Amino acid sequence: MKFYGKGIPGADPEKLTGRLIVVEGLDGSGRSTQISLLVDWLEDNGHATATTGLNRSNLVSNEIRTAKEGHKMSKKTFTLFYATDFMDQLEHIILPSLRAGATVLADRYIYTPIARGLVRGLDREWLEKLYAVAVIPDLIFYLNVDSYISIERNLEQRSELDYWESGMDMGLANDISDSFTLYQQRMGNEFENMADRYGFITINGNRSIAQVNGNMRKRINKAFAIETNRLRKVMRRSG
Amino acid sequence: MMENTEITGRLIVVEGLDGSGKSTQIELLRKWFLSNNIKVAFTEWNSSELVKRAMRRGKKKRLFTPTTFSLLHATDFADRYERQMLPYLKAGYIVLADRYKYTALARDCGRGCDSEWVENLYDFAIKPHIALFFRIPLDTAITRVMDGRNVIKFYEAGMDMGFSENEVESFRIFQGKVSEEYEKIVEKYALKVIDGTRPIKEQQETVRKIVEKSIDLKKYRYRGTERVVK
Repeated sequence: MKFYGKGIPGADPEKLTGRLIVVEGLDGSGRSTQISLLVDWLEDNGHATATTGLNRSNLVSNEIRTAKEGHKMSKKTFTLFYATDFMDQLEHIILPSLRAGATVLADRYIYTPIARGLVRGLDREWLEKLYAVAVIPDLIFYLNVDSYISIERNLEQRSELDYWESGMDMGLANDISDSFTLYQQRMGNEFENMADRYGFITINGNRSIAQVNGNMRKRINKAFAIETNRLRKVMRRSG
Repeated sequence: MMENTEITGRLIVVEGLDGSGKSTQIELLRKWFLSNNIKVAFTEWNSSELVKRAMRRGKKKRLFTPTTFSLLHATDFADRYERQMLPYLKAGYIVLADRYKYTALARDCGRGCDSEWVENLYDFAIKPHIALFFRIPLDTAITRVMDGRNVIKFYEAGMDMGFSENEVESFRIFQGKVSEEYEKIVEKYALKVIDGTRPIKEQQETVRKIVEKSIDLKKYRYRGTERVVK
């Protein structure tokens, strides 16, 4: 595997024998549902997996949560705090799992924090250099959903819209749902701009869970031959 | 690094190894400004409320890697920069900073981080109007820090790097690396070097001379409002 830039000091990319699959997409695009289905599928087929996501680090995730409640971080501070969280997981979960040969599924990766910085007016080069220590994934899925679906799923799941995921810090609109729509549109534009640059595989996330998952499995299978012929035959017979 | 042309205030930073005497000197400078009715603000390394808990916990449980240690300090810096430095600089104050981005460069690179990567983290920070480096020999620094205490903290001693099992030995090796990095920085950024082995009063006279020469202090006096003496 390779790093985008010089990588983490002392980490040898040659020793990373696992695979890294990233799932990106707006809030409510179905990332976590899809990842849990992929985990089951991969493990059924005998592949060890590890999962990771944003704001889950042992080091700072609780502190970020507290700071977010206060709504008092500047955009640069916010970006650096999130980067700390990301790097902690990169070094303590992603790299060790890749070294052990596991398939790592990342529920968002560096692209969400880069997009968040970009929509807030931060410099692209600064953001890219900041995240250049990250390892280049094998596959990057981008679940593309219409914003009305994204709003529906958010309201169904947590019965309110999140302050930050609605970009309320940016002063885009007076009420949270207008702000959410505007913010998610801007994030979506940044993801679309990034698609070519980083080689995203764009998946239509408006379709059913099973259809989206089938689509992703096909891509993963093509890249890594997850379902061996023998297993497929067994499955067909038993099915 | 950001240009400092649009800033009406003035930024003075002090740098040096632990034990170099820089904090004493900046405090004496602050007192001098206060007694001359000059608008002054002070900020010090690693002091923001925002990351305090994370920093304490990370240190206690030894969770840091060189990369995350570097990033959390950059987070602290960004927070203080936007709260404690920029507003004062824009309001025409003299801001005194006990350690600035050069500390990050020296320590993080001493831990093996890539210098370009660290430079990029701090590229939003303005170039200080005056940057002083208090130079002392490594042995003097070690002696001063060890004097009156028998414990050096884990990260302070660079124990995370596995240089040595012995804390004092590790501290010496790590400070040696930091010192080497500082010397590169002194050259690259043309920091003004003060001989930290001279008597305190003598150093302070040198510092005040440098300040008077490059800053027209009259411009930074309080006008209109009377200062409330705390």
